[in-house]
Amino acid sequence: MTATLTPPSIPSLAVELRGLVCTFGTVKSGTVKSGTVKFGTVNAVDHVDLEIRAGEFYSLLGPSGSGKTTCLRLIGGFERPTAGQIRLFGQDVTGQPPYARDVNTVFQDYALFPHMSVLDNVAYALTVRGVDKATRNKRAGELLELVKLSAFASRRPAQLSGGQRQRVALARALVNTPKLLLLDEPLGALDLKLREAMQTELRSIQQSLGITFIYVTHDQGEVLSMSDRVAVFRDGRIEQEGTPQDLYEYPRTAFVADFVGGANVLPGALVGRVGGRFALRPERVEVSADGPGLNASITSVHYLGAQTRLELDANGVSIHALIASSRKFTPGQTVNLRWDAADLRPLED
Amino acid sequence: MAAPFLPKPSLQKPAAHGPLLYRRPVLALLLLLVPPLLWLGVLYLGSLLGLLVYSLYSIDDFTGQVGNVLTLDTLKSLFTAPSNVDVIVRTVLMALIVTLACAVIAFPVAYFVAFHTRGPRKALWVLLITLPLWASYLVRVYAWRLILAQEGVISWVTAKLHLSWLLDEVLRLPVLGGPSLSSSYLGMFLVFVYVWLPFMILPIQAALERVPRSLIQASADLGARPAQTFRRVILPLAVPGVAAGSVFTFSLTLGDYIIPGVVGAPGFFIGQMVYTQQGTAGNLPLAAAFSLVPIVIVGVYLALARKAGAFDAL
Ligand SMILES: Nc1ncnc2c1ncn2[C@@H]1O[C@H](COP(=O)(O)OP(=O)(O)OP(=O)(O)O)[C@@H](O)[C@H]1O
Ligand SMILES: [Mg+2]
Repeated sequence: MTATLTPPSIPSLAVELRGLVCTFGTVKSGTVKSGTVKFGTVNAVDHVDLEIRAGEFYSLLGPSGSGKTTCLRLIGGFERPTAGQIRLFGQDVTGQPPYARDVNTVFQDYALFPHMSVLDNVAYALTVRGVDKATRNKRAGELLELVKLSAFASRRPAQLSGGQRQRVALARALVNTPKLLLLDEPLGALDLKLREAMQTELRSIQQSLGITFIYVTHDQGEVLSMSDRVAVFRDGRIEQEGTPQDLYEYPRTAFVADFVGGANVLPGALVGRVGGRFALRPERVEVSADGPGLNASITSVHYLGAQTRLELDANGVSIHALIASSRKFTPGQTVNLRWDAADLRPLED
Repeated sequence: MAAPFLPKPSLQKPAAHGPLLYRRPVLALLLLLVPPLLWLGVLYLGSLLGLLVYSLYSIDDFTGQVGNVLTLDTLKSLFTAPSNVDVIVRTVLMALIVTLACAVIAFPVAYFVAFHTRGPRKALWVLLITLPLWASYLVRVYAWRLILAQEGVISWVTAKLHLSWLLDEVLRLPVLGGPSLSSSYLGMFLVFVYVWLPFMILPIQAALERVPRSLIQASADLGARPAQTFRRVILPLAVPGVAAGSVFTFSLTLGDYIIPGVVGAPGFFIGQMVYTQQGTAGNLPLAAAFSLVPIVIVGVYLALARKAGAFDAL
């Protein structure tokens, strides 16, 4: 063959969602349409456009019921979109069943097969592809080593702890090296210490294997430390998308400012601007007992360990501030607040 | 002086006072369990033991009097007398085939109800499945006799469809056939399957109902086609249900003495044997011996099922 014009390229986009809609509930005849939302239905995912690059650790963040799981299930093929298109690695998979998609999922409840040993669970994806027993057991053994569970290969899932099950679920989903891994709040059931260890582990596994991860959570701390990019969901729509730094430093809306790191949302009038609203991170608020600044009174003091959180009231607007715990304040005390003008982030309405 | 925050001695044994049953949980458990244990132990196991003992009594062939001499002859005759062996083989074969047929018919029904119905509709289906149990068993068996009889519904329908030749052909089959459906093994088989089907459907449905949907999704997610998911995930998890259901259908068929009498070919079944031997024939030891057969067979069956891993998923 003669030279082709376009070099054989690896698709740089892992996932493309175009105008994706997923509606739940049935419209009974005779119900009234109001706007685009039909009475009696929920748009769990509402016109979502999303592009995820190959090799990215991408997180879907949002409050409960915001449509994260539904979005993930649409990508995995467990839910059919009402409208829109799903492309994985350049191919349209909108109408494809889950088994035809090169995507694996770590389910929130792990969904390990109770009648199989840990090894058989991990080898499952190879078993159903007809890989011979020696090969698949060897490969499953490697994966168990990766998640440090080699000693548990012959046990049943019921004989494992929550954290161990979670790692089995991860090994099972990675055994056939999918190009895309979906994780739905996989660390939800773990204690803080194990969760932090698993966060590091997940991140390093993702980087060493070069697999695209889509990670669903409502824990913003988790998201900030692990992700390359994040989409913040609200009512089935993407409110803002960007790197963790973007979201944290430059929230575009009051919702994002509050949800990602709990910023103060202050009216312009209070902070000496003409109008609009501004985000101000609590740790950027300087509190002093005297000196210039905005007058405020302390409503309550919450000791958090290294830091202390102050709830303040300034002209009827509630503000919170994070200060070093070495500084002592008492409720009812009147203080002055200051901040760097550059830390005020204008918000869209 | 003791450190002030060490618990007082009385606090270290908090159960030393308080309600008696709280302090002695085993006692409470015993109180709860005594009535059912008495029932199971004395009435149930006790009467089984009684049967075993009775089967050891000798019987005078001439007078028909039960003697006090203990003998194993009656039990042995179960396996040596050809007429007795016949009865056992006939009954066990029928029970096996009925169980197999029930499982094959019940599985799709149970699968449908478990996976494709919800809420009130599911309740309606379960109701429909158990509906036949509302009517008396005797009424249903006699109704079937009318359905299967020579001038019954089935022969009438086949005649209307000009298929009488097919029915005749079926009745000419060796062993299965007979003068009419109502006096053939085939007819008996149909009635058995009909009567015991709910006892197979419900345990399978219950087992399938407990299979988390996420397991099925996980299987598909890992690349299994629907048929593979069925074979590797759904079926193994349903096996305990099938095992439970088959214990019902198998042992109910083994012990039944009405259906072989009302519908079916000549040739005794175990239940009939027990009935006639303790009644008209007056051979109580043989009746007792026969009634032990289903118990032993079901015991063996359960042991085999267990060994084959039927209860591993429980
Ligand atoms: N099968 C369903 N039938 C009807 N409504 C559904 C169904 N699944 C989800 N929903 C609705 O869709 C919306 C989004 O649900 P989804 O599970 O995607 O939320 P989520 O962001 O994952 O929340 P969480 O953090 O609580 O898991 C919710 O309002 C939910 O009630
Ligand atoms: Mg969810």
